[in-house]
Amino acid sequence: MSTTTLAGTPVEVNDEGFFVDPNQWTREMAEEMARADGIDELTPQHWQVIDFMRSEYFAKGTGPTVRILGKSSGVAVKELYQLFPKGPAKMAARIAGIPKPKGCI
Amino acid sequence: MSATTPEPITKVSVIISRGSLDGIYPGLIMANGARAEGIEANLFFTFFGLDAVHTKRIEHIKVATVGNPGMHIPTLLGGLPGMSALATHMMNKKMHELDIPPISEFIEMIGDTGAGMYACKASVDMFGLSKDDFVPQIQDIITVGEFYERAAGGQIIFT
Repeated sequence: MSTTTLAGTPVEVNDEGFFVDPNQWTREMAEEMARADGIDELTPQHWQVIDFMRSEYFAKGTGPTVRILGKSSGVAVKELYQLFPKGPAKMAARIAGIPKPKGCI
Repeated sequence: MSATTPEPITKVSVIISRGSLDGIYPGLIMANGARAEGIEANLFFTFFGLDAVHTKRIEHIKVATVGNPGMHIPTLLGGLPGMSALATHMMNKKMHELDIPPISEFIEMIGDTGAGMYACKASVDMFGLSKDDFVPQIQDIITVGEFYERAAGGQIIFT
C-alpha cells in the first residue's frame, strides 16, 4: 500500500498499482496512468471498456474478466488485447481505478 | 522494485498431453489466465491432448469415469454404458452455469488473446494426422526442439 500522485492528487494504491478506493478515480488520472503504461491516447474504444469495467465493478463488487468483457462490453477479445496489450483484465482495471478482477476465465 | 520482490513471470509454455475434459481444461485456463495478466503464452498439444484441437474430436471430449478415483464412482459402475457420457453432461452443465466456455469456444478465445498454439510433430505423425485435421488456431506442427526454442526464456507447465 502506498500513496502516489495522479493528476495532481494523492491517491492510495496497492503494491500492484490498483486503486484502494475506486471513488478517488478521475478520467484525468486514467489518461495519466494510460500514458505511463504506453497508451499515448485513450480512444473512444478504450473508454468504452473502462466505463464498462467501472459500471460492472460498482454493480457487482468485482470487475469483469476478459471473457465477460469480450461477451458484454461490445469490444471483442481480439480488440481488447490490441487496446490493452499488457493484459486487458489487469491493465484496464488498473486504468479504470478498480481492483484486479476476481475470476479465472 | 525491492531486492526481496520475486521476478514476475513474463512467459509460459503450457503442454497439454491428455484428451479428457479434466486433462484439457486446466492447461487452457492457465494459458488464457496468463494472457489476461499480460504474460506471453504458448500452448503445445501432444499425444491425446491433440483431441482438444482436432476438428472432429473437439466437440466430443469426455470425462473418464473408469480409472479416475476423483469421480468417486466404483470402477464397475463407472464402466457401465453411458456413465462417461452422463458424467460429461453433468460437468458441462455445471461449467455452463459458471460461464466456463466449451473447449471449442475456449480455443477460439485463446487464439484471439494472441497466444501461440502448436501441435506436437511426433504425435501428429503417430496418429496419422495433418494440419488440415486441426482447428485454424493451430499455427504449426513443431518438433520438441522447436518447442524448446519457442519456450526459451519462460516457464514450462506440463499438464
